[in-house]
Amino acid sequence: MDRKVRVLVAKPGLDGHDRGAKVIARALRDAGYEVIYTGIRQTPEMIAEAALQEDVDVVGLSILSGAHMALVPRVLDELKKRGLDDVVVLVGGIIPDEDVPALLDMGVAGVFGPGTLTSEIVETIEKALGRELA
Amino acid sequence: MPLFNEEHLQRLSQTFNRWKDTTLRKTLERRPERLKKFMTTSSRPVSRLYTPLDIADFDYEQQLGMPGEFPFTRGVHSTMYRGRLWTMRMFAGFGTAEETNQRFKYLLEQGQTGLSVAFDMPTLYGYDTDAPEAVGEFGKCGVAVSSLADMEILFDGIPMGEVSTSMTINSPAAIIWAMYIVAAEKQGYDRRILRGTIQNDILKEFIAQKEFIFPPEPSMRLVTDTVEFGTHEMPYWNTISISGYHIREAGATAAQELAFTLADGFAYVEAALERGLDIDAFAPRFSFFFNVHNDFFEEIAKFRAARRIWARAMKEKYGAQNPRSWMLRTHAQTSGASLTAQQPENNIVRVAIQALAAVLGGTQSLHTNSMDEALALPSEKAVTIALRTQQIIAHESGVANTVDPLAGSYFVEKLTDELEEDANRYFRQIEALGGVIRGIETGYFQRELAESAYRYQMEIDNRERIIVGVNEYVAEEPIEIPILEMDPQGYERQVARLNRVRAERDNGAVEKALRELEDAARGDENLMYPIIEAVKVYATLGEMMGVLRKVFGEYHEPVFF
Repeated sequence: MDRKVRVLVAKPGLDGHDRGAKVIARALRDAGYEVIYTGIRQTPEMIAEAALQEDVDVVGLSILSGAHMALVPRVLDELKKRGLDDVVVLVGGIIPDEDVPALLDMGVAGVFGPGTLTSEIVETIEKALGRELA
Repeated sequence: MPLFNEEHLQRLSQTFNRWKDTTLRKTLERRPERLKKFMTTSSRPVSRLYTPLDIADFDYEQQLGMPGEFPFTRGVHSTMYRGRLWTMRMFAGFGTAEETNQRFKYLLEQGQTGLSVAFDMPTLYGYDTDAPEAVGEFGKCGVAVSSLADMEILFDGIPMGEVSTSMTINSPAAIIWAMYIVAAEKQGYDRRILRGTIQNDILKEFIAQKEFIFPPEPSMRLVTDTVEFGTHEMPYWNTISISGYHIREAGATAAQELAFTLADGFAYVEAALERGLDIDAFAPRFSFFFNVHNDFFEEIAKFRAARRIWARAMKEKYGAQNPRSWMLRTHAQTSGASLTAQQPENNIVRVAIQALAAVLGGTQSLHTNSMDEALALPSEKAVTIALRTQQIIAHESGVANTVDPLAGSYFVEKLTDELEEDANRYFRQIEALGGVIRGIETGYFQRELAESAYRYQMEIDNRERIIVGVNEYVAEEPIEIPILEMDPQGYERQVARLNRVRAERDNGAVEKALRELEDAARGDENLMYPIIEAVKVYATLGEMMGVLRKVFGEYHEPVFF
């Protein structure tokens, strides 16, 4: 693969806690990805549209407000509407364990809580894109 | 007058050098130290040993003074916790007003001494529960308050004239405060006796938490309107809680938290002075809210430095004469960002250490986080343990028996001095940028925070910093933490109430009140008065904020990472 992996880091909903999103965005850039960060207060439509325009391989959603079970399916729907079914979707934030299986069932490739090492996220992305780690 | 005399210091210096060349050298040859460099949670280098040589010009009266007196380094009260313990104030709120009302009553029964309200995201952003922007957010990280009707239920059966209530609300602070005032008046209390705090610190929202709505200028006008209103009408109310908490949680170091918070405080002082208010009338009602993180001594030093810097600035720079204007009174909360999702019970210990630091730092009130907060909203059991942690510190540890027990520790005094110097350096930088608002608009603060947050994460990733259960002592065990169950019908109940309010109120009166609010917003009169009128006729939060959004516009921050 010649082209750099492109990742959209996005914050859906009203939650403004953007520390994690920014740290991840920078860590993924340092890991060699092309990273686009949307900023806060994005609607599912805005995120899917940005994913389409930026032609990304991965969408990372950061949600700390507890609204993940409402927002994640809507983002997935909007991605599908735009034919972006194969985009790898990751979710990070304050996510209770009991919600994780449901998110994975919806098609999310990985869920990451506080205390995640950035290398774990890179590993998940590489695996989901079917690439071997160097 | 320096505490240590020249001759004594010289002798000590000789002793120190002898020790270094003999005892210490032998030890290091036999056993090198565990780490190449030792540092605080904020990456501040820490020396092996602190002696009077590190604080050679230490002047007790200049630097510390006596408790309850300028510069208040040792605390704002002369007897501190011997007179009265700190207020144990647990931040709570979720779901509907009914559910949170139950939690408040539970906490008061458990011996909590003040209330602290968490609002949900839509409320924080000035939307009614049923607004399209609010989808999925109802009641998740606080209670929904869309109109006076919700506020009345939230405090039902709680005597609003007798409790003190802190409300974490910023962009819509004026409106939520007005709802509180009107609800208390309906319970039969005079607004002049009400005690409590509105956070009302919009600058740290732009810097860190990002719950801003309007551009900085009208946002500052709203803050100054509330300060002016409080100064005239609410003598026991803290009109702003100038907050470092969120700045720290967003990634700041202890020094950045200290400096940016105080810089915000100075900006509010200057705005109120520009409005023509007398400093000694409003400054005593400014309060603070600091984070208390893992690094025990640095945190204690931060509180002590904060009091000293504020007192000096208020007296010497702004010319305040009332000692109450010099006093930095603060609330503290243990660090949410320091909690781990892994092995959550370990968080009980983290919180205990942080809480102890807040008490040794001389806080006036304290929230202790619950062990399950890295996973979800705290359960009742987790909250109770967190409250008990404070009660154990208060009654069993002995630290409340004497005032500022760590004063005179060479290390703590050195750290206190260093933090003050760091803060002064940041103040000069901010001034050179053109002030706090300019710093926000150019992304200065956001960049500083992002940089520190990234460095911290990399230290963990590279195992330069050990976090138990995260990158060391890792255990693959299932997490067994009971998760708070919320009323599944809560949303429907809240929306039904909102619709009932809209149907049953006098809609002509609401329209008139909203028109008057709009006119006032376009002019320069104090907005608290028309807001109170609109609240009384049950205008909703979303309607009032809608009017202000129309007049003031919405702010979009520069995006980068």
